[in-house]
Amino acid sequence: MARIGVFVCHCGENIGRTVDASAVAEALRSHPGVAHAEDYRYMCSDPGQTLVREAIAANRLTGVVVAACSPHMHERTFRKVASAAGLNPFLCEMANIREQCSWIHDDREQATRKATAITRTLVEKVKANAPLDTIRIPIERRALVIGGGIAGIQAALDLADGGAEVVLVEKESSIGGHMSQLSETFPTLDCSQCILTPRMVEVAQHPRIRLYAYSEVEEVSGYIGNFEVKVRRKARSVDEALCNGCGACTQACPNRKVPSEFECGLGKRPAISVPFPQAVPNLPVLDRARCARFMALRKGIAKAVCGKCAEACTRGAIDFGQEDRFVTEKVGAIVVATGYQLYSIGKEQPEGEGLSGYGEYGYGAVPDVIDGLQLERLASASGPTGGRIVRPSDGRVPKRVVFLQCVGSRDPARGIPYCSKICCMYVAKHVMLYRHKVHDGEAVVFYMDVRAAGKGYDEFTRRAIEEEGAIYRRGRVARLWRDGEVVKVQGFDTLAGEPLLLDADLVVLATAVRPQPGIRALAQKLSVSCDQHGFINEAHPKLRPVETNTAGIFVAGACQAPRDIPESVAMGSAAAAKVLGLFSNAELEREPTVARVDAAHCAGCFLCERVCPYGAVGRREVRDRAGRVLKVVAEVNPGVCQGCGTCQATCPGKHVELQGFTDEQIYAEIAALG
Amino acid sequence: MAAFQPKITAFVCNWCTYTGADLAGTSRLQMAPEVRIIRLPCTGRIDPLFIIKAFERGADGVIVSGCHPADCHYNHGNYHARRRFAIFRDLLDFVGIDPRRVIFSWVSASEGGKWRDVVDGATATIRELGPCRTDTGDEGQGRLACAS
Repeated sequence: MARIGVFVCHCGENIGRTVDASAVAEALRSHPGVAHAEDYRYMCSDPGQTLVREAIAANRLTGVVVAACSPHMHERTFRKVASAAGLNPFLCEMANIREQCSWIHDDREQATRKATAITRTLVEKVKANAPLDTIRIPIERRALVIGGGIAGIQAALDLADGGAEVVLVEKESSIGGHMSQLSETFPTLDCSQCILTPRMVEVAQHPRIRLYAYSEVEEVSGYIGNFEVKVRRKARSVDEALCNGCGACTQACPNRKVPSEFECGLGKRPAISVPFPQAVPNLPVLDRARCARFMALRKGIAKAVCGKCAEACTRGAIDFGQEDRFVTEKVGAIVVATGYQLYSIGKEQPEGEGLSGYGEYGYGAVPDVIDGLQLERLASASGPTGGRIVRPSDGRVPKRVVFLQCVGSRDPARGIPYCSKICCMYVAKHVMLYRHKVHDGEAVVFYMDVRAAGKGYDEFTRRAIEEEGAIYRRGRVARLWRDGEVVKVQGFDTLAGEPLLLDADLVVLATAVRPQPGIRALAQKLSVSCDQHGFINEAHPKLRPVETNTAGIFVAGACQAPRDIPESVAMGSAAAAKVLGLFSNAELEREPTVARVDAAHCAGCFLCERVCPYGAVGRREVRDRAGRVLKVVAEVNPGVCQGCGTCQATCPGKHVELQGFTDEQIYAEIAALG
Repeated sequence: MAAFQPKITAFVCNWCTYTGADLAGTSRLQMAPEVRIIRLPCTGRIDPLFIIKAFERGADGVIVSGCHPADCHYNHGNYHARRRFAIFRDLLDFVGIDPRRVIFSWVSASEGGKWRDVVDGATATIRELGPCRTDTGDEGQGRLACAS
């Protein structure tokens, strides 16, 4: 005979405002099988949990329903309470009367009726619940970090210093990410390279970090504690074991006119190149799309043309025949730190569905209109101009630079309603970098608001205005066009209430921060979700900021939302701490919501085997005493099963059952709704 | 006569739609109160019999909602569900249920607004179609006949 306890939470006003919690408890009190029902103001508080624990013992309850918030919020809390009172934790269920009732309805009577119905449904379910034992599985104490920008570097170093083995995968030929492109950093004007490159070298030299640069994640299978990752090591056309990074090949390459990606198109590189002098690993990549030898091969010229790099290499490291290789790594946890790309004002938006570009800014075709990263390269001592800020068109020093904030950001009409967060700060930094190099230059900034929340941030923007004399104009720029030598900037100052027409020598656009192209494909491989803009969703926006909804997969840096360097570093460390916490367990406890086959009745059709997404269903021979095979039945490996239940819905005889979501439980719920 | 209050049962997956419905709550999006959610791990777990049973037990409409194609938490459970329901839809007519009473949708964890639209849309549709009755009037017995 079932003795179910029902505990209805007011959640302060959250539920209490629209749902009469006492009435719900009262209605359930007379429900068949309910032995105890009560309501309390905060069930998750210490006294609330005590109340549940004591009621379980006092009433010898056989099941518990907590009518409160979403199970995603507090299921674990109350299952622990049940466990502490000696009840199997899987005999406790949550009735979601907050997110899915009180918060979405105004009418008190209707909301109360609905809350009662929801609670009744779960009471019926819990009557059919069976006690389950948690599954214990071993953990592979190695972590995969995807992305070698500052967030990924931080995560990898913290993990490795904490004793874990780390596999770091970076798609570019060097780690360092966008931070390696920056000239200085706000709000201290530290040289970006000076603080980053020691960390990069540390990664390369760390005995517990295995670095796969110029590689991408191809396939991910498995589950928390036991992932298997296939990594594509893209062909560099250079033997990594032989190359010593002397650079003779890059010197010898006759094609020196390839626009450099690292220099944002402002500089040139040879077809075989290292992106920047401090690259880690310091190994070149042969760009087959731009190499004369490969271009000739594609045109059908069989004779080997060029090959100067191979001639110059004293170690025979150039390997024109090299192909992509694949390695498989077993890891227990994954940190995603793939970073960002900048919004392009052109018509082409990589994976930018719904983004239109800026026709009024010439779709990026107006000369001397550049983006923030390009200015970083111009200001950088190691950049294409040796740190001289000049116009890309004619090399002249600009006497007036106009900065436009919020290009793409905070503009729902362009598809991006969010604030990119870092632009206010880096524009102030750009003003300073420019003024430190061009003392008589004038900096004009068009802004919507100056958002400088952060330690030392507001002081920094004030410095740009007060010490560097930047002219901040509140308003948007309507149009940009080339007029002879200058770029005409037509805007409006909404504080002065006047239209403006400025002649600019250089225009810098603070374009929006977007996730990297390919993020959605990667998210699919990892079974994590993205928001509508492609940023990876965290498990909880406040309480679980570096976890994803998929156990064992964590997130750090700008792939989760626009982030500056301190935040990316903090997230990298936080994700590492979470992974190390996971690795500190001897074994992993998993929810026992896995499928189980009724071998006595299984007919051996193996439809379940065919539909299982994880290959968790195997075959087992059933023998009689004489050892003769009577039949072959399906068998589920509980370590591999993830509990989707597709097998049960497919089984014609219903002889495989998903624990925790059995047919009996679900039909009980359906019947209770009637 | 009191306005017809339809009973709608929603079978949703835990990872996308259930979380999306939670998000709708967190965002305080107001919606029609007639929908009751049954949480399942995946749409792949949904047996077409659940839907028939819901009608038998007095539901006037059913919503089935899960992760978007290619976004399934379990890799491809939702594809199995999609194939299953493509066939099931034709059978609905045979058992005497207007196929318009079964609403399929994909709602991701970040689409609280879409969930509200699905709930409100389904409620409006079912309200228009009117109550779904079993012809014996006896719960759990007899052939279903939805007069609409």
